[in-house]
Amino acid sequence: MKRFAALIDRLIYTRSRNTKLALIVDYLRHTPDPDRGWAIAALTESLDFPAVKAGTVRTLLATRIDEELFRLSRHFVGDTAETAALLWPDVPGKKAGLSVSDAVDALSAASRSDAPAIVASLLDRLDADGRYALLKLALGGMRVGVSARLAKQAFAQAFDVPVDDVEELWHAIPPPYAPLFAWGEGRAERPDLADVAFFRPFMLAHPLEEASVDLADYAAEWKWDGIRVQIVHGGGETRIYSRGGEEISGAFPELVAAFDQDAVIDGELLVRGEVQGGEAASFNALQQRLGRKIVSKKMLADYPAFVRVYDLLAVDGDDLRGLPWTERRRQLEAFVPRLAGSHFDLSQVIDAKDFDDLAERRAGARDAAIEGVMLKRRDAPYVAGRRAGLWYKWKRDPLTADCVMMYAQRGNGRRASFYSDYTFGCWSEAGELLPVGKAYSGFTDEELKWLDKFVRDNTLNRFGPVREVEKSLVLEVAFDSIHSSKRHKSGLAMRFPRISRIRRDKPAEEADRIATLQAMVT
Amino acid sequence: MAKAKHWLEPHSGGLYVKPADLWIDPSRPVERAAVTHGHADHARSGHGAVFATPETLAIMALRYGVDVEASRNQAFEYGDGFERGGVRFSFHPAGHVLGSAQILMEYGGERIVITGDYKRRPDPTCAPFEVVPCDIFITEATFGLPVFRHPPTEGEIAKLIGAVRAEPDRSVLVGAYALGKAQRVIAELRGAGWDAPIYIHGALEKMCELYAVHGVDLGELRLVSETDKAEMAGRIVLAPPSALGDRWSRRLPDPVTAMASGWMRVRQRARQRMVELPLVISDHADWDELTTTISEVNPKESWITHGSEDGLLRWCELTQRKARALHLVGRDLEEEV
Repeated sequence: MKRFAALIDRLIYTRSRNTKLALIVDYLRHTPDPDRGWAIAALTESLDFPAVKAGTVRTLLATRIDEELFRLSRHFVGDTAETAALLWPDVPGKKAGLSVSDAVDALSAASRSDAPAIVASLLDRLDADGRYALLKLALGGMRVGVSARLAKQAFAQAFDVPVDDVEELWHAIPPPYAPLFAWGEGRAERPDLADVAFFRPFMLAHPLEEASVDLADYAAEWKWDGIRVQIVHGGGETRIYSRGGEEISGAFPELVAAFDQDAVIDGELLVRGEVQGGEAASFNALQQRLGRKIVSKKMLADYPAFVRVYDLLAVDGDDLRGLPWTERRRQLEAFVPRLAGSHFDLSQVIDAKDFDDLAERRAGARDAAIEGVMLKRRDAPYVAGRRAGLWYKWKRDPLTADCVMMYAQRGNGRRASFYSDYTFGCWSEAGELLPVGKAYSGFTDEELKWLDKFVRDNTLNRFGPVREVEKSLVLEVAFDSIHSSKRHKSGLAMRFPRISRIRRDKPAEEADRIATLQAMVT
Repeated sequence: MAKAKHWLEPHSGGLYVKPADLWIDPSRPVERAAVTHGHADHARSGHGAVFATPETLAIMALRYGVDVEASRNQAFEYGDGFERGGVRFSFHPAGHVLGSAQILMEYGGERIVITGDYKRRPDPTCAPFEVVPCDIFITEATFGLPVFRHPPTEGEIAKLIGAVRAEPDRSVLVGAYALGKAQRVIAELRGAGWDAPIYIHGALEKMCELYAVHGVDLGELRLVSETDKAEMAGRIVLAPPSALGDRWSRRLPDPVTAMASGWMRVRQRARQRMVELPLVISDHADWDELTTTISEVNPKESWITHGSEDGLLRWCELTQRKARALHLVGRDLEEEV
C-alpha cells in the first residue's frame, strides 16, 4: 500500500501528462502481481465495492472522533475520504505488510453489516497517506487525472507492446489483469479473446489539408457533432465504449437494451432534437446525458439518445476490419435494418457529383448536429489509429466574434508563470460587458508573452489566481458553434473557443454585441 | 484577585491592557505596544513605543525602520520584563520564529499569558517554547482542527532533498514565508547535510543576514538575480510564496514548485496553489501541540484567538475546560499568502 499511496500522491500533484505516464510506467514495472493490476484498476475507477460507501466511513468515524469535530474538519477539507484519512487516530507501532491486494480481498469480502469493522481494521494498519489511498480505493473518486487511455499507454510503454493490442485486450480481461501482465512480460502467449464484449481501437482521421480529393477514391459522409461510440455485443452482453475506450454503458441503458445483435458497430451517439423523433440536436443537449451514473426516466424522455451508425467491424462472429470500406459499407447497409429503428439509424453517404459540389454542400450545411464532412478511402481496411491518406475530417469553417478580455488566470505546468487563460465578454443592450466564454489556446508563444504583459500592466483587481483587467483589449475569438446556456449571465456558451487574433487596432466599444452572437445560436 | 475582564480588554484590533495603557500586537498604530514577534500581522509600524525582544525589535527595524536605539523602544531578553501601571510584563520563548515571545502579565494576583504564535517542535533557528503557568491562557488556533497533524520535519526535508536529486536538470523552487519559514527550511537542510549553496530571491536576503547576525548559521546563500540559470539545475531555490507563479521564476531551470506550509497537509489546498511538491513544514502548533499545550499549562480559562477557534473550543468543551473565542481581525496573514 505504501508504493500505491506514494504513486497517487505524486499523480495528484503532477500536471504534466508525460510525467504521469512515466510515474505509472515505473510503478507497473516495479510492482508485483496482483497489486499492480488492482492499483491500475483503482486509478481508472474500474473497481466497485458495493458494501463500502461514504456513509460507512462517516458512521465509522463517529465511533472514533467527536461528530462536531468531524463536521468542522470535513467542512474545511471538502472531501470525506481525505478528512477521514487525516482524522483516523494513528495506531502506534510498525505499519508493515498491508498490500493493495490484501485490501481488495478484504473489501470484496465485506458485507454491509461487517464493512465498518473491516474498514476499521484496515485503517488501523496504515499511516495517513496509506489511509487516504485505501479510502479512495474503496470509495472511488480518485481524481488523479488518469484516464483508461493513459493507463493503457503506460502499460504498452512499460512492457514495450503495441498500444492497440493493449486496447483490445484490456476490456476483455478483468482486474487484476494477470494474463495481460504475463503476456506483457513475455511469460505467456497473447490471451485469446473468444466470446467477450471487448473494445476494438478506433480508426481515426487526419484534418484535410489537401486542396481537394477525388471522390472516385473517397466516399463522403457528414461528420456528426456527438460522441464517437463503439457498441459491442459478445458473450451475452452489450457494452458501449467511448473514444478513449472507457465503458459508458451505464449512462445509456436504453441503447444497451436495444442492441441485441451479435455485432460490433462504430457510430455517433446523438440526442434527438426538441420534438421526439426529430433530427439530431446540438452537442449541448447530449452533454446533459454524459457522465451520469443514474439515469432518470425524465432524462431518458427529455434527451432520448440514438446512434447514427457508420461502420461495421464485426457481425455474426466474422471480423470485418480487414475488408475495404466499400465491402464493410455494403454489409453495414444490410445490417442496420436488423436494429431497432428507434435507437439506430444509418449515417448516409453524401451523394456529391464532385469535390466542388461537396464543398458547396458543406458550406451550406446549417444543421446543428453537423460538424463538417468525413472523407473515407473506399479501398481502405479498418485500422487502429490515425493513418495517412485513409480518413480525413473536414470541419466547417469556424465562426468568429470580437470580444473584450475581462479576466485572466495563470496556466499550468510550463505556463505556470503566464496569464494564459482568458475570460472574454461582449456588450449587452444596456452597455454592460457580459462574459461569453473562456479560451486558453490559439496564440503563438510570442503572442502569449505579449498577452501576459498586457494582463500584468492592466490589472484592476486580484482574486486569488485570477486577475480582472482593464476592459480595453479586443480578442477575435474563433469557435465551432454557440449555444444557449443557463450557466452564464450572457445566456450563451461557445464550443471550442480559441483566440484567433489579437485586435490591438480595435477599440473595445466596437467589439460585438451579445445580440450578434445570439443570432449565431444553433 | 483582580478579574481579567476588568483589566484586559479584547478588541478586534488587539488586546488592551487598561492599567498600563498598553496594547499587545495592535493592528493599528498606538502610543504603546508590546509585540510578540515580527510577522506583519502582529508587528505593525507607527507605534509610539515598542516593547519586545531584541530580535523582534531588530526585525521591526529592518522591516519598518523602527529605531532600535530610540529610548522609547525597549528590548527585553527572555525571562526579563518591565512594570507599568501595576502590571508586570515579561517575555518567554514561543518557538515560532527568531525572537518570538509569549508575554506573561501579572496584575492583582492574576497571571495571563498571551502566546502570540507558537509551536512545540524543535526549530534550529529559535529558542524552544516554554510552558508558563497562568490563570488565563490566550492561545492561537491557526491549525485548530484535528486534521492538522504535521509530520516530522526530517521526513519533509528528506522529501525535498530527494526531489532535487531525482531531477538533476531542474531546480526545486520552495515557496516559504520570508521571515522564519525560509530561514528554518535552510537551517533544517544544513542539518540534514545539504552543503551546496542555496539560492534565494532578493526579498529574503536581508532577513537571512539578520538571522546570521543573531547566530543562526545558514551556510552559503547566493542571490538568484546574480546567478546563471544553468548553475541552479539540481539546486534548491527559496522565494516568498508570491513569487512562485511570478515572472521572476522564469530565471530558473524548469523549476519544480514546492511550498513549505502547514496548509500543505490538505491535498486540495496544495493543488489550488498549483504546488507540485507540498512540504508540510509549519511554524504554528498543530492540533496535538495545541491540545497538549493547553493540558500542560492547565489554565483556569483559555481564550482562543485567530484560526480555527471552533475546533479548539469544541475540544475544550469535550475535556470540560473553560474557554472562549476572541475575534481579532487581521491575523493569519503569513501562512495564507
